[in-house]
Amino acid sequence: MKYRSFWHALILGLLLLPGLPAIAEDLLMARVPMTFPEAMLKLQSTLKKYNHTLSRVQRVDIGLTAKGYKTDKYRIVFYGQADEIRQLADEHPQLIPYLPHKIAIFAEDEETMLVAVNPEMLFLTDDPKLQATMKKWHEDLQLIFKDMRQE
Amino acid sequence: MLIRAILLLGLAMTGITSQAAVNKSGEELYRQHCAACHGYDGNGGVGVPLTLPDFQYSVTNNYLKTTIRHGRPGRVMPAFPSLSNADIKALIKYIRRWAPGKPYRYPVTPVQGDAKHGQQLYQQHCMACHGSLGEGGKGTGLTFSRPRDLPIIAPALNNPGFLKAASDQFIKATLMNGREGTPMVSFLQQGLKEQDINDLVVYVRSFEQNPLPREQTPLEAKEATIAFESSYDMKTTIANLKDAAVGNNFIIIREQTLDEGLVAVDKENPQQHIIYFCNFGFLNQALAIDPRVGLFLPCRITVVEKDGKVMVYALNPSRLSPLFNNTELNKLCHEMNDTYVSIIEDATL
Repeated sequence: MKYRSFWHALILGLLLLPGLPAIAEDLLMARVPMTFPEAMLKLQSTLKKYNHTLSRVQRVDIGLTAKGYKTDKYRIVFYGQADEIRQLADEHPQLIPYLPHKIAIFAEDEETMLVAVNPEMLFLTDDPKLQATMKKWHEDLQLIFKDMRQE
Repeated sequence: MLIRAILLLGLAMTGITSQAAVNKSGEELYRQHCAACHGYDGNGGVGVPLTLPDFQYSVTNNYLKTTIRHGRPGRVMPAFPSLSNADIKALIKYIRRWAPGKPYRYPVTPVQGDAKHGQQLYQQHCMACHGSLGEGGKGTGLTFSRPRDLPIIAPALNNPGFLKAASDQFIKATLMNGREGTPMVSFLQQGLKEQDINDLVVYVRSFEQNPLPREQTPLEAKEATIAFESSYDMKTTIANLKDAAVGNNFIIIREQTLDEGLVAVDKENPQQHIIYFCNFGFLNQALAIDPRVGLFLPCRITVVEKDGKVMVYALNPSRLSPLFNNTELNKLCHEMNDTYVSIIEDATL
């Protein structure tokens, strides 16, 4: 137990040290070589390919333009697997604000950007079950982004 | 447990990842790690354009290597500790193909000069673009934050990543020659003497001795979630939260269960209730600073009733700011954090 506390504290201390630059994997980003509408369709089919259900799309740009602000196309895509989301919310309520999973998608000229947070960096934990869940969540995102980059 | 901790520690310190273990081509690495910000063709976006011939000839491989390895703390460009030296070499080789030819080689001798005079010259010639403390221009470079005809935002000269990557002679050459294709002009052509430029270099180097101002210091990472127990039942808590959000100048834009859209309507769990609310002026302001933050907007509070307790959850904006490596978000994240806490306290206490 003493070892556990020591190492846990040390790891968290190193990872959370103020003044350190964010490391590249804090945020997952991808540039998709497609226009926004094409990328949006591709994202929906890619989520389906990895057995996720699209729960809804938040149309950020519509809200902003309705209020008179100028913006390019910008959406937030919420997705997940019902059983997994229910289980995560029950067992780890601290994850609730981050559920269902989400990806920001926005236009960048003739290309499209995707952004998601790396859950392994957001939730630093020594709970092996939660670690495994975060790892799977991260790997899923990597696969989705890889497909979207058309690699 | 100990073994896992050691492995995790090793991962954190050396960044050994599965990607690093596999030899990837420069192009693959670039597409994976750089293209999102710098563009597939290197023409820039969130990140600076890498194809400008003047940039290519004036930056050394060591400058590029140090920049990739250490990033720019608080200025969006992340550090890449997980890339091996071979990966970085392959990346640089790939980036260099946009401007074939050898980059300039600088003498290694430090520049000597008068920092005090350099400070006067800095205030006269540099401050307008690079900021009074060398904090650089504002914005990240995407559509939201600046017109597209500006190819580059003035770099933060006081950034530890920049000062680590840039040698005295590199800074001097940039001041002497300017950077074609960017607003950076040649200060020799602007009438400064070589000694003036030396004084400026020494002043810029002196930024290393000064701690970064608070607003430029990346926030300390905190818990990812704000959680409060409500003193009221679920229905009253939801009503209180909506009132408190409106009282804080937000508009309620949507309410739903956590699993809406994932399960049939009759299977949704009404005991996990999400309230979305927005202040569009604030949203626009946040997106102008960093368009990626839309990932955590619009604002949201979730009310959960379980085992007779009503809990209220929100994400912690102060935890998110460090993930974006953008200290311009610090102030907004603090404000948003205070707002969340204020709304939830009003509704639950």
